Amino acid sequence: MISSNSKVILEVRNLSASVAGIEILKGINLTVRSGEVHAIMGPNGSGKSTFSKVLAGHPGYTVTGGEVLFEGQNLLELPPEERARNGVFLAFQYPIEIPGVSNSAFLRLTYNTQQAHRGGEELDPLEFNDFIQEKCKIVEMDPSFLDRSVNEGFSGGEKKRNEILQMAVLDPRLAILDETDSGLDIDALRIVASGVNKLMTPDNAVIMVTHYQRLLNYITPDFVHVMRRGRIIKTGGKELALELETRGYDWLDDEYQRATPA
Amino acid sequence: MSAAMKAPDVRDEYLASLAPDANLLAGPGPDWLNALRAEAATCVNSLPYPTTHDEEWRFTDFGLLRKTVFASAADISPEVSLADIAPFILPESEKSRLVFVNGIYAPHLSACAGLPQGVVMSNLAAGLSSHDAVIRAHLAQQLDFHNEAFAALNTCHIRDGALVLIAKDTVCPAPIHLLFIATGDDAQGCASVGRLQHPASGDTRASMHVAGGRMPGATAQQASYPRCLVIAEAGSTCALIEDYVCLNQGVYFTDAVCEITLGENAAVEHTRLQRESPSAFHMAYGAVALARGSNYTAHNIAFGARISRHDLRITQNGEAAQCTLNGLALISGRQIADTHTVMDHAKPNGQSTQLHKCIADGGAHAVFNGKIFVRKDAQHTHAAQQSRNLLLSNKARIDTKPQLEIFADDVKCAHGATVSQLETEEMFYLNSRGLSPLTARNLLIYAFAEEIVDRIPVTSLIKQLSKTLSEQILEHT
Repeated sequence: MISSNSKVILEVRNLSASVAGIEILKGINLTVRSGEVHAIMGPNGSGKSTFSKVLAGHPGYTVTGGEVLFEGQNLLELPPEERARNGVFLAFQYPIEIPGVSNSAFLRLTYNTQQAHRGGEELDPLEFNDFIQEKCKIVEMDPSFLDRSVNEGFSGGEKKRNEILQMAVLDPRLAILDETDSGLDIDALRIVASGVNKLMTPDNAVIMVTHYQRLLNYITPDFVHVMRRGRIIKTGGKELALELETRGYDWLDDEYQRATPA
Repeated sequence: MSAAMKAPDVRDEYLASLAPDANLLAGPGPDWLNALRAEAATCVNSLPYPTTHDEEWRFTDFGLLRKTVFASAADISPEVSLADIAPFILPESEKSRLVFVNGIYAPHLSACAGLPQGVVMSNLAAGLSSHDAVIRAHLAQQLDFHNEAFAALNTCHIRDGALVLIAKDTVCPAPIHLLFIATGDDAQGCASVGRLQHPASGDTRASMHVAGGRMPGATAQQASYPRCLVIAEAGSTCALIEDYVCLNQGVYFTDAVCEITLGENAAVEHTRLQRESPSAFHMAYGAVALARGSNYTAHNIAFGARISRHDLRITQNGEAAQCTLNGLALISGRQIADTHTVMDHAKPNGQSTQLHKCIADGGAHAVFNGKIFVRKDAQHTHAAQQSRNLLLSNKARIDTKPQLEIFADDVKCAHGATVSQLETEEMFYLNSRGLSPLTARNLLIYAFAEEIVDRIPVTSLIKQLSKTLSEQILEHT
């Protein structure tokens, strides 16, 4: 899937960000081209989730330096809803429950909002019903979930599946999956991963943030990045994930320390 | 404790001015009803007007009511047609609807055909001829009108009302819709708010009662005194919708009382909607008595009125009774909505679950006071109360006060209250799906309210209210 003339979707240059005055990201560099799958790994507190949220525009984080270009456009100056409409999607680690709003009404509202922005055709409830039934198949979701309130009373696995269903509906150019594998049993993991694989095209790209190598058994990354203390300290191919699984993270830290004298 | 009990006989001229004159007190109906009205009138003439100095009225200042002159609207018979009330008609209750205009029965708007033998729904005045004994046994029996001025005021005005009797083991097949329509002032060409400030001349009616001669030249606004009496005999089941609506946006006063008695193992699901004019005053008392094994569910929704207050007292007089109380107040502008509930567990093995929500925007002020009593005998009571509140502006205010008083030693009781603004994480979730902050905000408010509305057992009513919700939320953004 990778070719050097693939279009650059995301260009992150020396990005740093803080929350409540504490610097979490300390100079991230990353280039994502269309058709690519990037995995970002690293121990707790390394800044992986912060990186995802900063890309999506979470208001709790302050960008203190660097820049992010999304399809050549300055992403950081856009509010989160415009980033989304332009094609950035964040699958949440902890999806929010919205009791009182049906899943199908919510999906249609978000779909039509984005269609309006992209100049596409908006769907009425009947048309949307046909559309969404097909999308449900991608994540093997029982259509009865469409009539329930958004994520309310969903199990952890069902919530994650619902995130991927939203991704299927919104058809983003760049999907950021924040620990989508956490809390999933092996069957749910397989279904979620298979859904993501079905949604991959040569024109879009995925960034997967994960603790564990096991997700990468199902979604094969083109690049594996290791984050530690707010920086990417190592980038490799999919074999790097396997090495991490056996050796842990500390050896990389030592290697990085030696390579970049204080 | 209300000031009424501490200081009896503190006649308030304004309250007294609202009581009917001697002719009306001795109006139609049996002697016992005349005596009841007279007794209530005595209370009205000796009780103080509640003020914010009374603990139970601390947060809700009804002082504004006193600035308006009211006359009973019962003598007016405005022309209201079915077309006028079309927006409020529920298909589910097409043949089980009683309509009252300004508190007085409107037979041409009502429909109660084809109900089973065991279901009596009629106006109180007509019911007196056939069900005098049962009405006498229940009317004003649950209610402490000796200490509650506005309950007494309603009681001394009883001329008509809604009567619902569900006979033993009868299941009422359709929800019973009790629709109380206030015509507001426009229907009669009376003074509007603007004209109150600039009083028009020559538009006063001879029959009105002007309080102490204040506001010379002001035209009296309409006051109505709706009354409901519901008796669900042993083993019976019914759904009830008590619905207060208005045809015009004027200033008027509704002072309502609803009494419900449940026999053993009876089940009543009671939806109460207060959607009065934004300039109206709404005062209401509800009293519910449960016998052994009975089940009472309430959905109390308040959207309307400038100032409203709903006092609901529920008593489990028999063992193993169950209550579910859902409540929602959605207000904005300068509205005040106060809900006081008392859940009284008097017998063992009872259950109650309560969820009350307030949403206040603009400079609105919502109040919730929820008391739960667990009496000494009420062992193995299981009571849970939740007060959840959403503040949407810096000027809005919510006071919530859950209170548990437990005298039994083997019970499970829980209560909690939260007041919050819209959560950053929730907003971000919706924004990250492409929804604008405004859309996201409205959706979250809607969702917060809809959780209560969704529990109403009548589909067409859910649709009506959801639409009102969306409109109200959009209107205030």
